[in-house]
Amino acid sequence: MIRAKGFGWRHAGRKAWAVRGLDLRVERGERVLLLGASGAGKSTLLAALAGLLAADSGEREGTVEVDGRVGIVFQDPETQIVMARAGDDVAFGLENHAVPPAAIWSRVDGALARVGFPYGRDRSTAALSGGEQQRLALAGALALRPDVLLLDEPTANLDPAGAGLVRGALREALDPGTTTVLVEHRVAEALPLVDRVVVLEPGGGVRADGPPDEIFATQGDRLVAEGVWVPGRPVEPRHACAPPGEALLTAEKATIRDRLAAVDLLVREGESLAILGPNGSGKSTLALLLGGLLKPDGGRIAATAALAGPDAATPPHRWRAPALARRIGSVFQDPEHQFVTSTVYDELALGPRRTGMPDGAVRSTVDGLLSRLRLDRLAAANPYTLSGGEARRLSVATALAAAPALLVLDEPTFGQDRRTWVELVDLLAGLRDEGRGIVTVTHDPDFVAALADRTVHLRANQETL
Amino acid sequence: MNNNRWRTVDVVVAAVLGVAFGVIFWAWGLLWDGPANAIPLPGRALIYGIWLVPAVLGPLVIRKPGAGIFTEFVAATVSTFFGSPWGLVTLLYGLFQGVAGEFAFAATGYRSWRLPTAIVGGALAGGAATLLDVINYYPDTSAAWKWAYAALLVLSSAVIAGVGGWLLTRALAQTGVLDRFPAGRERVPV
Amino acid sequence: MRAVLARRNPVAKVAAALVFTVALVTTLDPVPPAVAIAIELALVPLFGVGYRTLARRAWPLLVSAAGVAVTMVLFAAERTGDTVFQAGPVEVTTSVLNGALGLALRVIAIALPGVLVFASTDPTDLADALVQNVRAPYRFAIGALAAFRLVPLLGQEWQLLRLARRARGVDAGRNPFAAARIFVSTAFGLLVGAIRRGTRLAVAMDARGFDRGGPRSRARTQRFGTADAALVAGAVVLSVAALWTGFAT
Repeated sequence: MIRAKGFGWRHAGRKAWAVRGLDLRVERGERVLLLGASGAGKSTLLAALAGLLAADSGEREGTVEVDGRVGIVFQDPETQIVMARAGDDVAFGLENHAVPPAAIWSRVDGALARVGFPYGRDRSTAALSGGEQQRLALAGALALRPDVLLLDEPTANLDPAGAGLVRGALREALDPGTTTVLVEHRVAEALPLVDRVVVLEPGGGVRADGPPDEIFATQGDRLVAEGVWVPGRPVEPRHACAPPGEALLTAEKATIRDRLAAVDLLVREGESLAILGPNGSGKSTLALLLGGLLKPDGGRIAATAALAGPDAATPPHRWRAPALARRIGSVFQDPEHQFVTSTVYDELALGPRRTGMPDGAVRSTVDGLLSRLRLDRLAAANPYTLSGGEARRLSVATALAAAPALLVLDEPTFGQDRRTWVELVDLLAGLRDEGRGIVTVTHDPDFVAALADRTVHLRANQETL
Repeated sequence: MNNNRWRTVDVVVAAVLGVAFGVIFWAWGLLWDGPANAIPLPGRALIYGIWLVPAVLGPLVIRKPGAGIFTEFVAATVSTFFGSPWGLVTLLYGLFQGVAGEFAFAATGYRSWRLPTAIVGGALAGGAATLLDVINYYPDTSAAWKWAYAALLVLSSAVIAGVGGWLLTRALAQTGVLDRFPAGRERVPV
Repeated sequence: MRAVLARRNPVAKVAAALVFTVALVTTLDPVPPAVAIAIELALVPLFGVGYRTLARRAWPLLVSAAGVAVTMVLFAAERTGDTVFQAGPVEVTTSVLNGALGLALRVIAIALPGVLVFASTDPTDLADALVQNVRAPYRFAIGALAAFRLVPLLGQEWQLLRLARRARGVDAGRNPFAAARIFVSTAFGLLVGAIRRGTRLAVAMDARGFDRGGPRSRARTQRFGTADAALVAGAVVLSVAALWTGFAT
């Protein structure tokens, strides 16, 4: 059983409370979906329930009580695995709880079987896919026989196949006696696992609490506005109204050893092209090739005169960086990879300055981007302190700052809430309608449905499997 | 509460800093090493300080006794597993340099984390490296040569590891990633 | 089946390598390190390491040894013995050449055992042995081991950070100062990401009771047996023998 009374928590270094005035009671065996806008304190609440808020890392109000043992699975698979071998990793928690050595390995095997882990104990954890790693993390939590299982967006960092694996494992593994609290933006996928929905008010306790149907009937619109993916509320598609323009870039049998099998494709002005394919098919590698960041091992990537003028004779990977940034903007999967300065303003000014724009023009370009992407308030902030949605908007803005004719994006919607998602789709659709070429590597079927004018499917690369 | 007890986040972040520096050293080697490595003076000695950054950064970020030793030792271990051709010697260097840098912070009773302490820490770590280099590689050279070598290394370590490590800690604190550490609490709340 | 010496307790392997290292530091005579190198090369197959792997890992050693020898020839303080040749102000004598050779061989002889040990040791086994056989603090050994898992991840991250800088319009061309600036910016990005990951990893470890205090149990056992003691003893005997060849000649 879980009981919170007037609970509040403020992280060290923050002015605002992450959670405040929260009263909540969850009975044994209940399965609760916890919803709320980004920043409503869902993860903080889970950490509190798991006893992971250290006294020296913030300020506490009220009380939280949990009966029995708690297990938790987090969002990021890479930072939950402790050991190099799968079995050792499940055993890690058992060792810490002083389970007798004789009992450890049977409990490890039991937990691995319960989540449908397809390999043996000796499997290297580095060789697992994201979905497999999350199953292993779940096994590590279940091996401790928790009375309460907390799940903090366990599928948000996974591709659809991996997310399916984890949800399947959850359906199989949850027994009726285990109390479960799940945080998840993608409600439709989570609904089969829960029987109660609790909506948090940012900084203000519980706003709504009840059975799913009732909550979505009364709270649906507000949840949608807050960025939650409420079932049955599709997004308006934004396909091109005009036919595509001239070709910008072509790939001819472009390949990279062990990473990408030969690809032919054409990128055009005023067209949104989506690149799809399973894990290991080399989608991200292809994005780097099209972005002029890698040299193909075989075949070629060629720019047209429409994109590069006289430089079209040299392949993009040999252009100097400023020339590249003026023509092709790349948006990486992790926005933080692209940050090189210490304020949002400088981050946006960097590209235009490098490409030799005069000061006055730099300022007006940056101000335009700040307001277009709702970043004005953050101009002086350190880029690394931004929230996930803000960091994503900034990374797109940095690529736009040098006004490239072609934009290459790698999983731009990954882990974003519905609000940022819609903003991104609108922005990219607008850029496309201005006549730019948009290439997006993605796993996200909703994104493809909403924005792709054309799709290219890559096949799994045999050599990498 | 015992301020000198290491929390899990202290242990793991110190280790991860060491690991990150193992990777940075590897990349540094790709960029600058090669045959130029065979000529020890003077250019190589001037940039020597980069090897000692973890010995200063660890204590400045973690602020616990032993942070310099642990961070520098983990960085050396990663280099060794990465295939450092020097094997165990790298580990001994890591240990010695970490211990030497640690003296600066220990001398203040683990209370000062300011720039002068960092500079002394860097210089001491550089001194330890000089000593090992002279014993290990240059035992028969002239005294003047040894002193010149020592001066360059200590200077380089004081600047790159000392000043550099201190600046790096400040810049990291600005990004918010050190919010769980005292070093990050000096940032204005947002 | 793993090779006979590769299977030894990791702590025993490290101790044996350390014995060799410490013994050889005491001499500048070229004969003992030459003998030691011969012994080490003969033992390579017993560690299950291929000579080709060893060559790939250890070739920079040769460069370093050459550098050390050149420094000696140029800057050696003592120049006794017959003059072999004169190059400008540098008088190269037999004693200088002897010393340079001894030093170059010593650099190699000291490094090789460590290379063999680490090439044949699993990090998990090493951490277990450190905790169980020499009472290293558990939280530090396992914390370091967990951080170790991030090495390949951070290696990939480094590449991406470099490419991202180019995508932002930042490159160095042939300017070494610009290259150094980009290196620092890349390293900074790597550190920020690494600390973020470390913080999350620490929370995940605490969630599984890493810091709960109280007793623990062991899922894996590392034993320090007779064969392991014999390995260390063997290292002592062999290093003494190598040193003795120096006195004998």
